[in-house]
Amino acid sequence: MSELILQLEQVTKSFGESKVLDGIDLSVYSGEFITLLGSSGCGKTTTLRIISGLESPDSGRVLLEGKDVTWEEPNKRDVNTVFQNYALFPHMTVEENIGYSLRLKKRKKPEIWEEVQKALTLVQLEGYEHRMPHELSGGQRQRVAIARAVVNRPRILLLDEPLGALDLQLRRQMQSELKRLQKQLGITFIYITHDQEEALNMSDRVAVMRDGRFEQIGSPDEIYNTPKTSFVAGFVGSANILQGRVEYAEGDKVCLRHPQGVVWARNLGAPVISGQTVTLAVHSEQVNIEKNSQGYAAAGLLGRVREKTLAGGMLRIMVELGNGEELTVSRCGISTDPEPGDTVLLDWNTQDAVLIDLGEATA
Amino acid sequence: MKGRTGLRGRAAALALLPIYFTALVFVVGPLAYMLALSFLSRAETWGVELTFTVRNYLGILAPVYLQTFRQSLRLAFLCTTLIALIGYPFGYFMARLPQKWRRILSFFLVIPIWTSSLMRLYGWIIIFRAGGVLDSLLMKTGVVQQSLKLLYTYPAVVTGMVYVLLPFMIYSVYASAEKMDWNLVEAARDLGAGKMQAFFTITFRLTMPGLLSGVVLTFIPSMGLFFVADILGGNKVVLVGSVIQEQLMKAHNWPFAAAFSVVLMILTSLLIYLYRRITKVRDLEGLV
Repeated sequence: MSELILQLEQVTKSFGESKVLDGIDLSVYSGEFITLLGSSGCGKTTTLRIISGLESPDSGRVLLEGKDVTWEEPNKRDVNTVFQNYALFPHMTVEENIGYSLRLKKRKKPEIWEEVQKALTLVQLEGYEHRMPHELSGGQRQRVAIARAVVNRPRILLLDEPLGALDLQLRRQMQSELKRLQKQLGITFIYITHDQEEALNMSDRVAVMRDGRFEQIGSPDEIYNTPKTSFVAGFVGSANILQGRVEYAEGDKVCLRHPQGVVWARNLGAPVISGQTVTLAVHSEQVNIEKNSQGYAAAGLLGRVREKTLAGGMLRIMVELGNGEELTVSRCGISTDPEPGDTVLLDWNTQDAVLIDLGEATA
Repeated sequence: MKGRTGLRGRAAALALLPIYFTALVFVVGPLAYMLALSFLSRAETWGVELTFTVRNYLGILAPVYLQTFRQSLRLAFLCTTLIALIGYPFGYFMARLPQKWRRILSFFLVIPIWTSSLMRLYGWIIIFRAGGVLDSLLMKTGVVQQSLKLLYTYPAVVTGMVYVLLPFMIYSVYASAEKMDWNLVEAARDLGAGKMQAFFTITFRLTMPGLLSGVVLTFIPSMGLFFVADILGGNKVVLVGSVIQEQLMKAHNWPFAAAFSVVLMILTSLLIYLYRRITKVRDLEGLV
């Protein structure tokens, strides 16, 4: 990550009454793969359209390589888009589709042919140049859309849920291909998805969006392991979220009293004082579970196993705490122990749980 | 098994019979009748004589009739061009309006069709005639000093023709513009096309079928709408359609009228074929 390539400064956008973007700031660095992650309607597509110039903001600025392009036409920006529905030109062959931007630039025919061939090789579609879009499968259309967008070697490639229409297997395959492509071309990718797995898998940085704002921007590791808000914790990896009262803090370690026991968590945000009610997040795979027949423990939470389900090779154990709250514990593979109805003790390593919804640390 | 599929095939054929029958009676029959008629000779007084002849076709080669064809084609070209120039933008912008406005506009386009086009053409007489609405308006505002005497002139016929046929163009352009995926225009803009470039490389190409079917729907009638030429052109503008009507109704020369119709049909089919070859458009929106 070196120089800044794109900056959004206090960008707002409303459609009629509804505010879609509520003053967002974003800095994108040259060569990085950044993902805007959020559910539908959170403003991620609008953000992308403002970057590409297909939409203009109500206020705020868009800087491309330091230059203000807020009011620049889309065709004047060195940014290309892979559209969600591919938007291939139905009356042109694959070759004509890919070569479209080069023809607009009045490049010479043999040169265009060569570039198109290179792009086809890049997306592994050699030999398809004379096909029409309607003769291609969804995955192939996807590849043509990518080739068409990168043939121009834009500074930034915008991808609007490009894998949304593909089946799971193809999506996985395309994920790694896109990643390879990005490395190979060295183009900055701004990627949109609502699939957290996809976001964590591919990106250098993830920006979690909600209601026209960024909730948290950070590396996949940061987003996953140290979410800052309950929204991020719930949206990414669907962590368990619990509330408790602070007993005491020891550096960044905080001891919490929960109605069902005592637990520990890390605090990376603003300092807390004892007696304060705080929220913690802990991923289901980091929760230890063991049978407890005494019905008492010095630390951890006591509960009863409600049900066990197996999905996608993951065993999920739902544990109901005494106060009705429910926690999920997950494990790889099938285990027989414990069984529904058993009383269990849940706990975790202090560094695996984080306090959330505290705001930034003022250090 | 084999018997069953055979039966089903026969049942299907049986079910389609009414369609074949209708086509036979109302399309193939009249065409065959007309074609046969065009090779027969005219009876001395009234009707047709059953003797084979090509004289009717040779008759068309007479300079006066060739002149009619030429004049008719020229008028049709002019009218179709004007209709396309007005109708294409109209249909295009109509498709880009919000749903509510589209419906209102379509409604207003349909209203005139509820009355006979003959009636509406008489309306144009009131506008065009010496001292009529147009004249008095222009003279009052001082644009012209004396009557333009527009009625029974070539421009009057062209105006009438454009007026009668314009809705067909608007609707066929609208139909294909409405189906446009405007995402494609955004994609083109994103890839570096200016507004005009995006229009001509994407939108225009994709609405071409609508434009072409509009051309077909207006070109062919503008060769034959004799009543427009009659009402607004007096006897000065003679169309192929006028000749056919005259031969049929006044001269009672049915075989000659039939031959004229056959030639007109061949000519227009040829034009459509050429147009499709040139533009490489396979489907004419809702037509072929």
